[in-house]
Parts: sequence; C-alpha cells; structure tokens
Amino acid sequence: MSTELGLAIRRKSATPASSTGIRRDTVEIAKVVDIDLCIGCKACEVACKEWNDLPAEETSNFGSYQSHPDLTASTWDLMRFKEVELGDGDIAWLIRKDSCLHCSDPGCLAACPAPGAIVQYTNGIVNFDQTKCIGCQYCVAGCPFDIPRFDQKTKKVYKCTLCVDRVSASLEPACVKSCPTGAIKFGGKAEMVNYAAGKVDKLKKRGFDHAMLYDPSGVGGLHMMYVVPRGDRLGDYGLPSDPQVPGTFFSALSVLRKLGSISVWGGLLATGIFYLRTGRRRPPPEDEAVAEAERLGHQAVADAERERHESALSGDGPGGAGPAANGPAANGPAGSGPAATGPGQPTGPEVER
Amino acid sequence: MTRRDFFKASAAGGAAVAWGSFGFDLRPAYAETTQLKISRANEVRTVCPYCAVGCSMIAYRIGDNALNVKPTLVHIEGDPDSPVNGGTLCPKGASTMQLALAQNRELRPRVRRAGSTEWVDIEWDKALDELARHMKDSRDKKTVLKDAAGLEVNRNEGFGFVGGATITSEEGYLTAKFFRALGCVYLEQQARV
Repeated sequence: MSTELGLAIRRKSATPASSTGIRRDTVEIAKVVDIDLCIGCKACEVACKEWNDLPAEETSNFGSYQSHPDLTASTWDLMRFKEVELGDGDIAWLIRKDSCLHCSDPGCLAACPAPGAIVQYTNGIVNFDQTKCIGCQYCVAGCPFDIPRFDQKTKKVYKCTLCVDRVSASLEPACVKSCPTGAIKFGGKAEMVNYAAGKVDKLKKRGFDHAMLYDPSGVGGLHMMYVVPRGDRLGDYGLPSDPQVPGTFFSALSVLRKLGSISVWGGLLATGIFYLRTGRRRPPPEDEAVAEAERLGHQAVADAERERHESALSGDGPGGAGPAANGPAANGPAGSGPAATGPGQPTGPEVER
Repeated sequence: MTRRDFFKASAAGGAAVAWGSFGFDLRPAYAETTQLKISRANEVRTVCPYCAVGCSMIAYRIGDNALNVKPTLVHIEGDPDSPVNGGTLCPKGASTMQLALAQNRELRPRVRRAGSTEWVDIEWDKALDELARHMKDSRDKKTVLKDAAGLEVNRNEGFGFVGGATITSEEGYLTAKFFRALGCVYLEQQARV
C-alpha cells in the first residue's frame, strides 16, 4: 500500500467547511478483524493499554472469558465472548474485538457541538481531541455502536484512536501489531476489502453459508471491518445489522444553521435597503411635535419641544448635534423622512437626538 | 450607550456572524495529533522472558546513552524482523513492560537457609561460592557408581538443574554438557516447543 498516510482533515465537529480541500484525499487505511482466525487471546487489549498508557482496571469473573464487563474510558479495546445455542444441539462461541469502528460517516462527529473536539482525517481515522471536548456526551448518544465512554473524573469522552500517532508515523496500530494469529489485518481500505472478499469465499466453501464482510453502508462504511463467519447472528455478536447515523435531530440542526444564516444575511440586507429608501430617522417638524404633545396633555414636553426647535433654528443647539442642527433644514421639503415618522407616532416628541 | 451605538454594535455583530456563516476558518486545517512516544527512542533488541517460544522484542528507551543520562524504558513491542514472532506478541508478552518496571521485582540474589522462613540478601560472589560448595558436597555424598543391578551408572542424585525457557539451543547444549559431566540426571531445560 501507499505510505502516504497524511493527516489532512476531512471533517471537524461543529465546524462547517473544515477541510481546505486543495489536496486530494490521502489513502484510506482500514483494519479488518477476521473473526475466523481470532482465538480470543486479548493480546490486542493488552497492547492497546500498553501503547496508550492506559491504567489497569480491576477485573472480575462474571462467568465469561471476558476480562472487563464493558468498555470504559480507559479500556478502549475489549474482547467480547458469547456462547449461543445454534438450535441443532450445537453451540457456537462468538468472539468479537470491540472497539471504535471509525465510520466514514461518524455519528459522534455529527452529534458533537464542540468545535474541533472530534476530527475525521482523510485517511479515515476518527479521533477525539479531549482538550476541546466539553463533556456533553452527545457523541455517546450519536454513536450507533455504543463506543465512546465518559470519564467521571476528567469529564471528557474517550475511545480508540486507531493509534493515530502510530499511523501518522507510518506504523500499524498497536493491536494489529500484537495479534499473534494475524486475525487483525491492517492496510489500505481497498486491500482490506479484497482480503475480506477472499476470506468470505473460503468460509462459504467451508460451510459458513452466511459468512460476510461487515462494512455497513448506513454509516458510509467502516475503517475497522469484520469478517463474520456467522453473518446470520450479527445480533449475537453485538453488531447492529443496519446501523444508521441518528439523523433527525442533528440534520435538523444543520437546517437550522442554514436558516439562521439566511435570516442574518436577509436582515442585514433588508436593513440596508430600508436605510437607502428612507434615510435616517429625524425629529418631526415643530408644529406636529408640539401639537402631538399638547394633544396628549404633556404641556411641559410641548414647551421643551418648542424651545428645542427654536434653539436649533438659532444655531446653538444642545451639543451642536447633527440632527438638531440640520434637522429643520432637511425637514423643510416634504421628504420621505417625516412621512415615515409622521404624526401618527405617539413617541414622536421623545425621539433621540 | 446611546440607541445609535446599540444599533451600530448590532449591525457589526450581525455582519460578523454572517461572515462566519460562510465557513471561513483561517486556522491551519491540520490538527496536532499526539506525538509518537517512541519517535526518537533508543531501540534495544531483546527476547521475551516468559515462555519457550522466545519471541523477539524491541525495548524503547528514552535517552541517547549520553554521559549524564540514565536510559528509561518507555515501551516494549514485538520485533518485526524476528522469524519467530514477526512482531506479534501474546497478551503476556505484550505486558512485559510491567515486569521490567515492577516494583517488587528482585534485583539481587537472596538466600533462604535450610529450616529458615526468612529470605536474606547475599552477595553474588558469596552466593556462587556457596553454590559451588553445595555441589561439591552433594557429589561427595550422593554419587552412585553402580545401581542395584550392579550396572555402572556414575550418577549424582543429589541435585538437579532447571533451565530457563528462553535459553538458546547453544546455551541448552552447554548446560546439558556441563551438568551431565557433573553426573546430574535430573536435567530439565524447559526450552521445548
């Protein structure tokens, strides 16, 4: 595969048009977990903890080979074990490496309101930037695979990074390197899909009629795919058969964003047109203002208004302010100004200078 | 703030929001990722201490062996050049760093005398001398020249040898030769897979 594993950005959370778009997309990388080869040794779990300097957590025996009951903020990779009865008296032992699947259309990124807290690189890696995470946990709700985990202590969300630090240095992820049976493969997405197709054919010849490549289109495809020998039992593996980016709320958000943009721009434009058509707002002519005040019974206001007009006419208006100084002159002709702020307006006498 | 100032500020704010809605972001479109923690580390090839497969590992140390530097282990992973494991490691081998950095790991020889329940520190030289003394005493007392059937056996039944899982074929050959020469029959190399 090509070694060009650049880290140009495809998408950033809550940041419209976050890619500069001048570079062509770099090579998409992917992992594929061949469940047929996996022996459930958990070397990937240990390698993940070791590389990422994640603290150990106390484990407990709950009647399974599984080390931890669930993923946590410091357990990003977990082997899940499940025994199921096949109905014909036989049983199957289903083992799955559970960690972030790095969707092409990440629900977590669409859900995230913190700018730049979730980044999708053009090579397919979806990474969390905890320095920008605000701890709202929308990504947890947005993930169709239930992967991100919130840490109560740091109030941030964590998940597998696909070893973005290693991949950016042209190394394979830690779990891939450690896997003793070669069940986790790593390479370009196209190569991995090719490998999986060959493997699925082999499995079908061996009698696994439902063998399949798990790379659902509902999330735009994955960058950690599975070769599933028992494709009819995805539910038992804990894989949703048709995952979707939970769209309703968040696509509505993007519509709202467009609406907001239109209203702001439209408002500015309308303000400009209004200004061009009507000009600045000016005090009404003397007689109208005085008559209005007298009609309303404000004798003091009427007196003040009369005085103000007189002083403006004599040229030494209060503060020498523009409208007061040139007001009467501009108001002389029956312009559009007085029409707009005409006699019908009760607040006429209190107009600002 | 007069009403006019308020209008001006509103218009400016509106313009800023509208400008931003175009999606202008002049910050670089490249995010800083975590730096590779072994990017300039010192690589040392080593062998996994656990089972007899003998997987090769690379230990990464920070520090370049300069005079004032005490190299510090930061990471261990499989050696991809090894024909044994090709860079892979099992879960136990993948956790070797915990062994290397373990707080309660014994770094010096200790001895528990016969009948005692206490382990006491002992110097390397003294330990080796005592071992040699015990072996000689054992040969003096426990050597069997002929077994019950009268066959010549020339064996020493007083001690045995337990090798390490990770010793090489050459080391295994040498230890076997050495202990057979001492008459040892209880010889276990453990290095078998």
